[in-house]
Amino acid sequence: MNSFFRYFSDIFHGVKSLLIGMSVTGRYFFSPGQIVTQQYPENRKNLQMFERFKGEVIMLHDINNQHRCNGCGICENNCPNGSIEIISARITGEDGKSKRIIDKHIYHLGMCTFCGLCVKNCPSNALGFGNEFEHAVFDRSKLNKVLNQPGSSIIKGVE
Amino acid sequence: MTFNIYDFTSFNRWIDEGLNSIMSPTWALITEMAIIGIVFLLFYAIVGLFLVYAERKVCAFMQNRVGPNRVGPYGIFQTIADFIKLLMKELVYIKDSDKLLFNIAPFIVIIASFMALSAVPFAKGLHAIDFDIGILYVIAVSSLGVVGILLAGWSSNNKYSLIGAMRSGAQIVSYELSVGLSLLTIIVLAGTMQFSEIVEMQRNGWFIFKGHIPAIIAFIVFLIASTAETNRGPFDLAEAESELTAGFHTEYSGIKFAFFFLAEYMNMFLVASIAATVFWGGWMPFHVSGWAGFNTIMDYIPPLVWYFGKTAFIIWLMMLFKWTFPRLRIDQLLTLEWKYLLPINLVNILFMAFLVLMHWHF
Repeated sequence: MNSFFRYFSDIFHGVKSLLIGMSVTGRYFFSPGQIVTQQYPENRKNLQMFERFKGEVIMLHDINNQHRCNGCGICENNCPNGSIEIISARITGEDGKSKRIIDKHIYHLGMCTFCGLCVKNCPSNALGFGNEFEHAVFDRSKLNKVLNQPGSSIIKGVE
Repeated sequence: MTFNIYDFTSFNRWIDEGLNSIMSPTWALITEMAIIGIVFLLFYAIVGLFLVYAERKVCAFMQNRVGPNRVGPYGIFQTIADFIKLLMKELVYIKDSDKLLFNIAPFIVIIASFMALSAVPFAKGLHAIDFDIGILYVIAVSSLGVVGILLAGWSSNNKYSLIGAMRSGAQIVSYELSVGLSLLTIIVLAGTMQFSEIVEMQRNGWFIFKGHIPAIIAFIVFLIASTAETNRGPFDLAEAESELTAGFHTEYSGIKFAFFFLAEYMNMFLVASIAATVFWGGWMPFHVSGWAGFNTIMDYIPPLVWYFGKTAFIIWLMMLFKWTFPRLRIDQLLTLEWKYLLPINLVNILFMAFLVLMHWHF
């Protein structure tokens, strides 16, 4: 007798859970406002990328065109693809000592896999991720970028 | 000749008389057959392409996506583009496959659904063949498709295909029972197997209202069993793309694959139209006996609109099943059929017979 009742309660529980599932998908079907797909080329004008989006590696500059990179080369050593090249220079500082500064921070976007090891390992937090994602160009050489802006200098006290 | 959108009988007679007046009766018959064949081929292609598009759109909306929207407005030409692509694909020769059976299998599948389609009444007079055993014919012919599936799996010399085909065999053979028995429930109520008479009997109320409780149970059982019979969604063990790559049609490419694909969607359309005809009155408008004014208003809506509306709704229900429920295991599938659907169905037939004897139906 017990199994008899279990047979019918199984059926009703089954039907109930199936109906719950169907009501969820049915509700999605009848509410097109919930569509989350971004239709990219159409919404290009008002497309907002997210803060944590890994678009490309950039060097962070403040309003005085100053950055925090001292050319230590840790990012270059950490890059698995060799997409970062550091060319440093030496200058004589105010105290008369010879000092290393960054001359060119060359970033080969075409080789980058956006793993983020350079950004993570930078001891002075000089690097970051930008939101730019439209990287297609007609010439490969355009993918080689110099990250420190021309005329920029290091922020005092970061060395 | 008067072209009447509510009754195609006079239109058919006009074509028949016109053909007979310009050629001998034998040639007239052959021409009529050819015309009907071409009409059905066109219908088959259009409905198949549309259903593929509809499936992709419906599934996208149920998953909060947009679906195909690039080829043409709202992506309506997407399936045509896909079809052209399939036509241009190479037909790959499979090493050590049984060539004859391998080539025949897609045609068996497609012919089975094609033959079953001929018995469906689309509107009054719009009916290729009106057998007096229409339902029996449809059940018999539509189950021929499993032969094609089994042959496809057997001849492709591939384990995935063979497992898929064997699963499909077990599945269709067992679910065929439930489809037949749930239709039998309605045959008990209707007292006839002829589609045109079944539709005509629902003039003062569809069978799902006339037969109330047992008819509703039979409808639900039919819907479940026929979803399984068409190898669709939660019951798509024969294809099971996540387990068996593509099941019985793993080795098929190009237009032969397209045949299987089209046949699957046509079977869905066929099953939905049988359900609409037997349970929901086919092309018959929604009538409530006694409400003469309401019935006249309903009569103004053309039968084709009623027919395709009901069919589309049932197809939508089947798509809802597919995109909601996870796939069953083979033992769960057979448990569902032999321990639940079949006993319920048998009791339901007895219940319906009792109901008809006592005149408790409307």
